[in-house]
Amino acid sequence: MIPRQQDVQRNDSDKWLNDRPTLAGNVAEFIYKTFVVTELEVRKLGHDPTQLFTRAVQPALWLLVFGQVFTRIRAIPTGNLSYIDFMTPGILAQSILFMAIFNGLSIIWERDLGILHKLLVSPTPRVALVLGKAIAAGIRSLSQAILIYGLGYLLGVGIDWGLLSLLGVIAAVLLGASLFSTLSLIVACLVKTHERFMGIGQLLTMPLFFASNAIYPIEIMPPWLQVLSYINPLTYLVDVLRSLMLLGETSTYSLTLDFGILLAVTAVLSIICGRLYPNLVR
Amino acid sequence: MAVVETHNLTKRFGQQTAVDRLTLAVETGEVFGLLGPNGAGKSTVIKMLTTLIPATTGAARVAGFDVSRDRTTVQRLIGYVPQALSVDGTLTGYENLLVVAKLYNVPRAKRLSRVRSALSYVGLADVADRLVRTYSGGMIRRLEIAQALLHHPRVLFMDEPTVGLDPVARKAMWELVQQLRADYGTTIFLTTHFMDEADTLCDRVAIMHLGQVVVTGTPQELKTSVKEQDASLDDVFIHYTGDYLAAAGDYRDTSATRRTAQRLG
Repeated sequence: MIPRQQDVQRNDSDKWLNDRPTLAGNVAEFIYKTFVVTELEVRKLGHDPTQLFTRAVQPALWLLVFGQVFTRIRAIPTGNLSYIDFMTPGILAQSILFMAIFNGLSIIWERDLGILHKLLVSPTPRVALVLGKAIAAGIRSLSQAILIYGLGYLLGVGIDWGLLSLLGVIAAVLLGASLFSTLSLIVACLVKTHERFMGIGQLLTMPLFFASNAIYPIEIMPPWLQVLSYINPLTYLVDVLRSLMLLGETSTYSLTLDFGILLAVTAVLSIICGRLYPNLVR
Repeated sequence: MAVVETHNLTKRFGQQTAVDRLTLAVETGEVFGLLGPNGAGKSTVIKMLTTLIPATTGAARVAGFDVSRDRTTVQRLIGYVPQALSVDGTLTGYENLLVVAKLYNVPRAKRLSRVRSALSYVGLADVADRLVRTYSGGMIRRLEIAQALLHHPRVLFMDEPTVGLDPVARKAMWELVQQLRADYGTTIFLTTHFMDEADTLCDRVAIMHLGQVVVTGTPQELKTSVKEQDASLDDVFIHYTGDYLAAAGDYRDTSATRRTAQRLG
């Protein structure tokens, strides 16, 4: 199987030892490794896709029960949008958040098994390990997006089916899921056990969800909550989704600002998380 | 030439010193065993040598490179079989190896043949497309070794390779290690607390106790160093580490070992 020691190139690393990679080479290597980690996650999902279906129940309930009722009672001022139109992108953002925020559990599980040790010992940049998992969370969230688009269509939501808008939504879903997945991995690196993680995870999701513009506009909130909403990245994710998903809606803060904030926060969180990652195996 | 060298390698966790000024050298082509009761610091040594955790003080070189300064280079040159489970039960054996081959930059042209031949080397070619969840403990260990060999490492680190295996699987594992060595002359650095394992496999052993190496030598040298007649390696071990139980690992170690044993069983 393995060539004899006297063979010329005994180890694949010989290539790496002889010519030191350039900056472009490093970037290509980083992107490649990120996608290998994503591939690992997607293959796992391929063998057991049931979680996608069980995860679909919650957003469906929000839209069909909560959405239907609140549309009827007209309790929330949403301008010229019907309430169901207003909340559909919010529920998409919510399911991205809920799906990604428990990603940290999987890393604690992999630490307990030993799979994390294997990945950390491989020549893979740590940030690539983090981002690869984050992108996989985004791919899982895309299944939610398909479901919500379907339900929205059935409920008569004024959906923008333009190609550019759809591509924008896909980008936003991937980016939003990456952000919250990375946040979740950071929490996992800090708390290190399932029990503590579950506690913190629950503690994080509800405030992030309610202190945002997902199911009501920020203007009707008390001032202290408005402040929280403005520093909550979920608000900017909802803003992107609302402007791209709905016909005739324009974003409140401008798409450039929204995407800029989401990208910047994800980048910073990934770097922090890459630093913290080895803590898990200490 | 020494392929693994440490100089005063020390690891402290808070107040506790897990590894205390460890200095050792492993020669190319050797099977080197690090022995000691649970909690002696063996796993911590392996974690430092495989770049998983940084040393507090001291230095270590693996395959000629410093483990903290040239981390990525060292990573490319070593294989590691952790004590815990390092393959994914929800993937097939083939998929596990394929992903690892990519992570180690095995060139695309060689990747498939490399994965296939690694699987047949450890006798898993027939079950390659089954989910690893359905493998037995012995098969999982063999898959983990195939995984650690894919990129042709210069040194293979194995942390307690036979913990939790039944006697048959354990014997098969020993044969695999001996075969590896005969076929490719791979340097193997392993930890164990089974004396018979060290006696069968290792060219040289070092016995660790409370974070320090108390004695190094060939199994034969160590046996003659103890005054008793016909001393076994067990006697040597007790002679140098004193009471077995006093040094046993803490709750977390014990629970981790038991869990591994359960999963592999």
